[in-house]
Amino acid sequence: MKIEGTVRKFGDNIDTDVIIPAIYLVTTDMGELGKHCMEGVDATFAEKVGPGDIIVAGKNFGCGSSREHAPMAIKGAGISCVIAEGFARIFFRNAFNMGLAIFECPGVFQGIQEGDRVSVNQDTGEITDHTNGKRFLANPVPPFMQELIEAGGLMAYVLNKRRL
Amino acid sequence: MPQTITEKILAAHAGRDTVTPGELINVRIDMALANDITAPIAIDLFEKSRVEAVFDTERIALVPDHFVPNKDVRSAIQVQAMRTFARKYHIKYFFELGEMGIEHVLLPEQGLVLPGDVVIGADSHTCTYGALGAFATGVGSTDIAATMITGEVWFKVPESIKLIYDGQLREWVTGKDLILYTIGDIGVDGATYKAMEFTGDVIRALPVADRMTMANMAIEAGAKSGIISPDEATLDYIRPRAKRPFECYTSDPDATYIEVRTYDVSNIEPQVAFPYLPENTRGISAVDTIPIDQAVIGSCTNGRIEDLRLAARILNGRTIDKNVRLIIVPATPTVYRQAMAEGLLEIFLAARGIVSPPTCGPCLGGFMGVLGPGERAVSTTNRNFVGRMGHPSSEVYLANPAVAAASAVLGRIGGPDEL
Ligand code: SF4
Repeated sequence: MKIEGTVRKFGDNIDTDVIIPAIYLVTTDMGELGKHCMEGVDATFAEKVGPGDIIVAGKNFGCGSSREHAPMAIKGAGISCVIAEGFARIFFRNAFNMGLAIFECPGVFQGIQEGDRVSVNQDTGEITDHTNGKRFLANPVPPFMQELIEAGGLMAYVLNKRRL
Repeated sequence: MPQTITEKILAAHAGRDTVTPGELINVRIDMALANDITAPIAIDLFEKSRVEAVFDTERIALVPDHFVPNKDVRSAIQVQAMRTFARKYHIKYFFELGEMGIEHVLLPEQGLVLPGDVVIGADSHTCTYGALGAFATGVGSTDIAATMITGEVWFKVPESIKLIYDGQLREWVTGKDLILYTIGDIGVDGATYKAMEFTGDVIRALPVADRMTMANMAIEAGAKSGIISPDEATLDYIRPRAKRPFECYTSDPDATYIEVRTYDVSNIEPQVAFPYLPENTRGISAVDTIPIDQAVIGSCTNGRIEDLRLAARILNGRTIDKNVRLIIVPATPTVYRQAMAEGLLEIFLAARGIVSPPTCGPCLGGFMGVLGPGERAVSTTNRNFVGRMGHPSSEVYLANPAVAAASAVLGRIGGPDEL
């Protein structure tokens, strides 16, 4: 599977409070959460973002709270995937559990710029910046987590196993 | 094979003799927790699964603490969903208003999280219970939904970092200052995916409340968990409350750590973490004149009776600066009543502070003390991210209860010695 989109770039330590401020945690509607995605760092982000856009960020993306509303808001805003130098642990886990594609890939923060056209090969982890021609390789996904993705998230995985 | 306390607890819950860092394992859960923000998603997923019963009605805790007493119609709806679910599936530990307190103070206080447990919570500060010698970590709502079905959860066994605290604590230096200092040292991603094991003579002498403050903020260094081996102080705390049998584990002396750090606490003064990251720490003497609009004393980090006593020591006989609003949030009804019995509430009100009911409220910018544009607060909470307590241009400075109280009196950030 291939993902392609325009890059929206952020820095290090993008925390869950800026991804989706707590005042919006009174809903679990993905579309509505998406309207406030990244509001803490860029108040107009949700208006500017196009369907399929890709977030590229620095280290420790998603630090802070365990709110699944953070990956939900990102998905709800129409973002196709997040590529970062590194992810905070709970965000990483949540993304796999609820089905937001994320890629840990050292070097992307320096190598990819805002507005670049980027594609990701989900099977091989190959990331290509079509604007400047640079290529990157994402860290491999552990086999168990690959299984989670293939099952369609943790709930589907658990329920499949129960039925066996 | 020598093992850390973390590895021993995980192995025991995976039905194994030993586990190795990096391994993915499935473990049995002793307690699973969700709150009024995270439970609704888990409840939706559970209902959609069409499974008829939860794995154990006594191993799930539902605590509506974030926006409760309901701050608006939508938060009321979220709590209704929890209440309905709790009744339908006979969840024993749903805490209704009046019994409800901030989850990470409430569960230890009620004896629901114990040494040797594996606890997961759809709240990042679930790591607090490591202070009692449990393996406890934050997960997402989907994890809770799955665990409500299976009673199990998957983990990657974390590597451990050993943090040793030696020396003599200075006056007004608390567990909060030790953990802020540590985060300042290793950074907000300094322990990502790892277990932080706090040890040393200083920890052994530290009250259980302070230990909980330290383990609470392990997540602020990116850690999966924080943990302290149980000792006599732990058992004195646990024995009168434990609702179940429990087991104490300790690390083997020759267990493997990915990193060992030693701190001489004699050099550590009360710490203040500047916006917008908990790692931006400075000793109180290095803080210039920073006027404040608000001081908040409460939260799962510092809303225990010991914290209120410390604040009252400073505020007794004083009034706060006329430009400051002081909000005190006892973390649970038990803490509230104890504070009342000890006359602490009288001291707070006489100082011109207000006392809120138990709630997360201002800690996450929810309600009861949200900051306006450009406003500055000193707070005993655990996060000072952009917009954490309100408007994105507001600022939060993290400190211990004595510094927060002294700052409220001074009208600027300062320590008790400046009064
Ligand atoms: S007090 Fe603050 S940090 Fe603690 S659980 Fe509540 S919102 Fe989270």
